[in-house]
Amino acid sequence: MSSAARNMGAVTAAVRTNATLSVEQVSYAYSANPAQAPLFTLEAMSLQARSGEILAILGPNACGKSTLLKLIAGVLAPLSGKVTLDGIATHTMTPRLRAQRIAMVQQESQLLFPSRAWEFVLQGRHPYGKTLRFETDEDVQVARNALAQVGAEHLTDRWMDKISGGEKQRVILARALAQQPTLLLLDEPTLHLDIAAQVDLLDTLRKLASVNRYIVVVVTHELNLAAQYADQVALLQRGRCLRVGSPSNVYQRELLEQVFQTPLTVETGPSGRPRVHVWSGGAGGGSGAA
Amino acid sequence: MRPLTWRRLLLRCAALAGVLLIVMVLALKLGAVQVSLYGLGRDLIHYALHSSAGLSSEYSLIIFDIRLPRIFLGIFVGASLAVAGTSFQALLRNPLADPYVLGVSSGAAVGAIVAVMIEPHLALTPDAAVLLTPVGAFLGALITIAGVYLLGRRDGEIDSTTLLLAGIITASFLNALIMLLLNWLSGRDHGGMAFWLMGDLSTPLQNNVHWVIRIGFFVAAGAIYTTAADLNLLLAGEKEAMHLGVDVPRVRVVVYVAASILTGLAVSVSGSIGYVGLLVPHVMRMIFGSDHRILIPAAALGGAIAVVLADMLARTVAAPSELPVGAMTALAGAPLFIYLLRRRLA
Repeated sequence: MSSAARNMGAVTAAVRTNATLSVEQVSYAYSANPAQAPLFTLEAMSLQARSGEILAILGPNACGKSTLLKLIAGVLAPLSGKVTLDGIATHTMTPRLRAQRIAMVQQESQLLFPSRAWEFVLQGRHPYGKTLRFETDEDVQVARNALAQVGAEHLTDRWMDKISGGEKQRVILARALAQQPTLLLLDEPTLHLDIAAQVDLLDTLRKLASVNRYIVVVVTHELNLAAQYADQVALLQRGRCLRVGSPSNVYQRELLEQVFQTPLTVETGPSGRPRVHVWSGGAGGGSGAA
Repeated sequence: MRPLTWRRLLLRCAALAGVLLIVMVLALKLGAVQVSLYGLGRDLIHYALHSSAGLSSEYSLIIFDIRLPRIFLGIFVGASLAVAGTSFQALLRNPLADPYVLGVSSGAAVGAIVAVMIEPHLALTPDAAVLLTPVGAFLGALITIAGVYLLGRRDGEIDSTTLLLAGIITASFLNALIMLLLNWLSGRDHGGMAFWLMGDLSTPLQNNVHWVIRIGFFVAAGAIYTTAADLNLLLAGEKEAMHLGVDVPRVRVVVYVAASILTGLAVSVSGSIGYVGLLVPHVMRMIFGSDHRILIPAAALGGAIAVVLADMLARTVAAPSELPVGAMTALAGAPLFIYLLRRRLA
């Protein structure tokens, strides 16, 4: 990275700003015992996303969202088809290369021994270091910028176990940014956050996608947040991808009612994006209406 | 933001090495036979310059042939056990892991005893025979940690409680096995029951085993140290470490094999000294933080300090009779174990 780019506060590497994530006819089967029929299958599906885009993966529990995310991350090898990031199949990457290109934000990150936020963010520089990986000045600069980009500079010296859930989520996101990835994956990032923190996080993601030119893939339950922020949504049900497209294309009343098994209405919000209202306020995507 | 640098690492290790030196001098001085500090200093310099020539033979025997080798043995055993404990704690994500608590030390003892039993039946050269006990102990340690690791898993993830119970039960079973084997071995040249079950530094090393231990220690501890940065990430779980670029299966194999070598070597020369691998990493973590790039060398030096100190107490509290050093470490370590367990459950 040039010093000029560093001074401007950019966190992405200068290259790879026009990357493509391509999921081509990817399928997967999970079975505890290879002699038996698989317990879970993901039928062949295809989708694409480019730098600067947010792709949301939606669907009820056990629909295969997390499996799809793992296939994209390259930690699972597909049964057929392939996931490529800029032409390289993700599951064939070495752990080090994969960590330089793909950053994953997990639901919950728990630590065995307490560490400070800056130590945590510097972990994101691990895939760039050598043997003992003493951090360089550049690593420190990247970590600082990452904390700044998610609005968490003030947390730098705080202990990770002494900050709120929303603050912790920001620091975890900053660590992902410190990896300088091309592809940013998030597994239900809003799960334990209050509404203000949820909107905050997605605003941040929106900004990061366009400024840092990430491809962002989010697995979520929040129908309305996805509609508000995603460029594309993929709707999954029982291991099948029912539809991929813009929120207004995918958010059809009958389709959502059938997938989430709950009566609902879809209207167009003030921003031109669809809004979902759940009638019973019960199970399914109900929390999305809040 | 103050990331670790070489300079800071070396300064801290130098400070610990200084403490170790002071403890060594104390351990040389104290014992059933009193030696003055001034005389000791004079004689150490004399010894360093001219070897033991010119010192009174009885005195020189006590200081340089009994106490000094025993101190070096303590340094080696303490460093090995503490580094093994540190790496088990990180890899198993369990702050209570320790070679002794997990039964790995007992496994090493069984391996060593079996090696002693089969040695006469193998036509080995004396040099190869020397290797047999440490290798047996290493294999015993490796098999035990593999077993405990498998027993401690639930749904593909390590479960802390299950792991600890598996370790404690395994240790208890293996200790019973040790008693059985020792019965068959009775009358032959082997350490007694107290040696294998409690640990003891009073058995001097055979001369030709020194190099095995030295090489084994530096190779194994060095191998673990190359994974220090990976271990930092593994504290957050194997999945997260993988997403941050850690080659988890490779690190796991390197650390398990290397920690088994360390435990095996230590047990083959000193029996099962407990709690060093539990107590020392915790104290070091309180002082230096949980970054393994500093924690591993600090634990090695701290382990050396702890065992030399414990052995010094074992020799002096009930002088002229001696306690096994393992009794001293257990007196300090077991309460700490309870404290950590309570705090974790709270």
